[in-house]
Amino acid sequence: MAAVKLYPPRPEKVYLFGTCLIDMFYPEAGLDAIRLLEREGIEVIFPDDQTCCGQPAYTSGYHDEAREVARAQLGLFSEPWPIIVPSGSCGGMMRTHYPQLFAGSVDEALARDVAGRVFELTEFLVHVCHLPLEDRGEPEAVAMHTSCSARREMGLADTGPALLAKLGQVELVEQVRASECCGFGGTFAVRHPEVSAAMVEDKTQAIEATGAKRFVTSDCGCLMNIAGRFAHQGKDVKGEHIASYLWRRTS
Amino acid sequence: MSAVDDAVHTYTPREFHRQAHDALGNPQIRGNFRRAMDGLMAKRRGVFSDWDLETLRELGANIRLRALAKLPDLLEQLEANCQANGIQVHWASDGDEACRIIGEICQSHDARAVIKGKSMVSEEMHLNAHLERAGIEALESDLGEYLVQLNEQTPSHIIMPAIHLNTDEISEIMHTKTGTERTRDVDYMTAAARQQLRERFMAADVGVSGVNFAVAETGTLCLVENEGNGRMTTTVPPVHIAVTGIEKVVEQLRDVPPLYALLTRSATGQHVTTYFNMISGPRKSDEHDGPREVHLVLVDNGRSSIYQDDELLDTLRCIRCGACMNHCPVYTRVGGHTYGTTYPGPIGSILMPHMLGLEETKDLPTASSLCGACGEVCPVKIPIPDLLVRLRKESVGEGRGNVPGAGVKRSAKEVAAWKGFQWLATHPAAWRRSTALAGKLHKLVPSSLGPWTDHRTAPKPAKASLHALVKRYRRGEGES
Amino acid sequence: MSSRETILKRLRERSDGPLTAPASDFAVVTGRGWDASERLARFEQLIGSVHGEVMHTTQAGWTETLAKVLAAKGIARLALGREHPVAAEARRALADHSVELVDVDRDIEAWQREQFESVDAGLTSTRGGIAETGSLWLWPTSDEPRLISLVPPTHIAVLDADSIEDTFFDVVERNAWAQGMPTNALLISGPSKTADIEQTLAYGVHGPKALVVIVRHTGEVPA
Repeated sequence: MAAVKLYPPRPEKVYLFGTCLIDMFYPEAGLDAIRLLEREGIEVIFPDDQTCCGQPAYTSGYHDEAREVARAQLGLFSEPWPIIVPSGSCGGMMRTHYPQLFAGSVDEALARDVAGRVFELTEFLVHVCHLPLEDRGEPEAVAMHTSCSARREMGLADTGPALLAKLGQVELVEQVRASECCGFGGTFAVRHPEVSAAMVEDKTQAIEATGAKRFVTSDCGCLMNIAGRFAHQGKDVKGEHIASYLWRRTS
Repeated sequence: MSAVDDAVHTYTPREFHRQAHDALGNPQIRGNFRRAMDGLMAKRRGVFSDWDLETLRELGANIRLRALAKLPDLLEQLEANCQANGIQVHWASDGDEACRIIGEICQSHDARAVIKGKSMVSEEMHLNAHLERAGIEALESDLGEYLVQLNEQTPSHIIMPAIHLNTDEISEIMHTKTGTERTRDVDYMTAAARQQLRERFMAADVGVSGVNFAVAETGTLCLVENEGNGRMTTTVPPVHIAVTGIEKVVEQLRDVPPLYALLTRSATGQHVTTYFNMISGPRKSDEHDGPREVHLVLVDNGRSSIYQDDELLDTLRCIRCGACMNHCPVYTRVGGHTYGTTYPGPIGSILMPHMLGLEETKDLPTASSLCGACGEVCPVKIPIPDLLVRLRKESVGEGRGNVPGAGVKRSAKEVAAWKGFQWLATHPAAWRRSTALAGKLHKLVPSSLGPWTDHRTAPKPAKASLHALVKRYRRGEGES
Repeated sequence: MSSRETILKRLRERSDGPLTAPASDFAVVTGRGWDASERLARFEQLIGSVHGEVMHTTQAGWTETLAKVLAAKGIARLALGREHPVAAEARRALADHSVELVDVDRDIEAWQREQFESVDAGLTSTRGGIAETGSLWLWPTSDEPRLISLVPPTHIAVLDADSIEDTFFDVVERNAWAQGMPTNALLISGPSKTADIEQTLAYGVHGPKALVVIVRHTGEVPA
């Protein structure tokens, strides 16, 4: 359980750390995050030299490599603005593991400073922006999968659902074992593909059983995994990053 | 009936993938574990609902850390107080030595029959096989352990050893091995086992039990149980041998109630177990029952190595409740035997590499999606996901080398892949060019995406990366 | 070097250096602040939830309740102590009763099979109860040995209502257990049970199938 975090007042500017998965596979979600923040009157800086938080190497045990990748990101946020990450997984890496990775090194203070300014997108929209949302979409049932990193590493089980609850026409449906992992786990899905497949199969069944034709998530790893499973089976259930979903229904 | 047919099958951590494949394809196993784990998770949630759980876990962690901080002193104090109470204390560096010590005690009493209470340490050191080689029969008396032993298997869960078997399978095992009627009547089967085991308690020369908490302050051995077989084992035979890992010691008697509260609630969702059995010595001269001799065997077996390292040390806080396996989505899918180790699930994956080495157990630290459920429920707040990552780090040779077999998974191919990743992710211009040509990037990602696409549609790299979209957006090119 | 010396040396010469012991705050396991009626209600609810049968009676008239329990359970042979007031009063009250009293102040070796096979119930005193978990605490003695609360199929325990305390921690602290532990100290919370066959609860696996707690009250007896 993450420690209680004190939230700052709404800033004039923020950084966006887009994450490598969004960069490569779901860039619209990154752009939609920017649009949501800008609509709140917040200027969004997207450092062009950002790449990846280093988590894939970190969880694989390659910490020397992860540290160098992380170090390349540490220098991108020189102004004291919040750093918004549209992913609990990358956000958790930066908030929790950057200080560990740089403990005892010259970059420790910088790593702690960066970690202290990291906010997951839905966390920031709820707790700092107090985001108002005017739903313009059709009535719809939607399921939400909160990533394990958002839920447990960052302690953000409620922020995604809180945002969906502001959409007047959207019914957030309950799934069985909502808090159970979808089986992505980064390289886990590659190293233990059969176990991972069994997990995502159960997750898609749980979502399908709600009757919702759409699910949203705040992490693109889970999105890739769950939506990929639905697509593989030819099932008519679509997944979307929550930033895109919120923007699409309110713009 | 595959779990029954599999009876003599032996499992090994080396074969994790094959064993996982078999378990995943076995609907009986999948169903048995899913039902059991769902039930255990719900019970745990219910039983902690009126507690300040975080404060209690904090206390549990503190008590265990305090005990570990003072471990050598507490072990000496435990030994002195046990001896003052009339308990004979033995020390064993590894499982073989512990087996030898127990074997010798048995032989000194011409013991032919040993009855056992539940002890995972005795499983860890393969005590039953050792005693049998010495011509001593070792019979498990915990109902689950008894059933598993009848079926020539090992436990698949540290608290509920027969959780992989369902009622029909158990009925079949009891029918085949003990001649009971085939039935779905659990009371009948329980009564039959009671009858069968009561004879064995009376006939046993020695009782062997584990220990849940050993109290240094008073020289007291605490045993937690529901069935009464633990009390039988430690009271009926003339000799009682308690065997425990050196980390099970706590400083004071007052440390016991919070740990006991955490243990039963975390393990089975019970407020309390039926029995909490605290033993502080053999039968005194004026007493009329209880063993005339009590022995305590303190087993190291890799624990003092774990103890050396500030981070790995947290592994030794464990009070063996099994909540981490109950909440593990991997354990729930593949079951306990798949791990091929005495302790399965998340705690096994952070403990067994120290006992068996990383060559043998290299697939265990990766057999986790790092979802964090284990760490979230651990009653003594062991950061299990962090320890899994630490062991991955040791496996690929980037740790401190404090685990046997460190570096075993380091391969030139993987190192090159991660160095490639590092190079790309630290050269932003190259990164942007690559994401623009995202298709080519797959070649730089370790391993193929092959297994991914057996079950899922492959994600398609976007035509334009976020970097490109943001630039376009800033230039006012608007909607992409 | 002996294994003992090797182990202790390795622990003492720890490569990452000595560890600091954190302080522990026990507030979470004490200070419940329940009054006598809350304690009793919790005790009864919890022990009842695991099949413990609770009977309320007066301090003076408890042996009549005992006689009723014996009759209801069809107990023909009852094992009990001699010196403890509970045993002494029971013996006096049951002197002319049809139940056969089995002496337990003899070494178990002399009567093990008898105890295992032809005793219907064991009667014991208790030292107290625990409200939070619905537990009894017993310190078996030469007068009331360890096995009479375990081997017979029914265990009848006599508990004074005012000896129920809030928590296990409170019991350990207020009764100064650490000053001197008996050979065997026990918490008992219900009859023996197992869930090892597919999570189905079954009672009486190795120990008693039934636990009857006769709660004695000095004041008003609850209904």
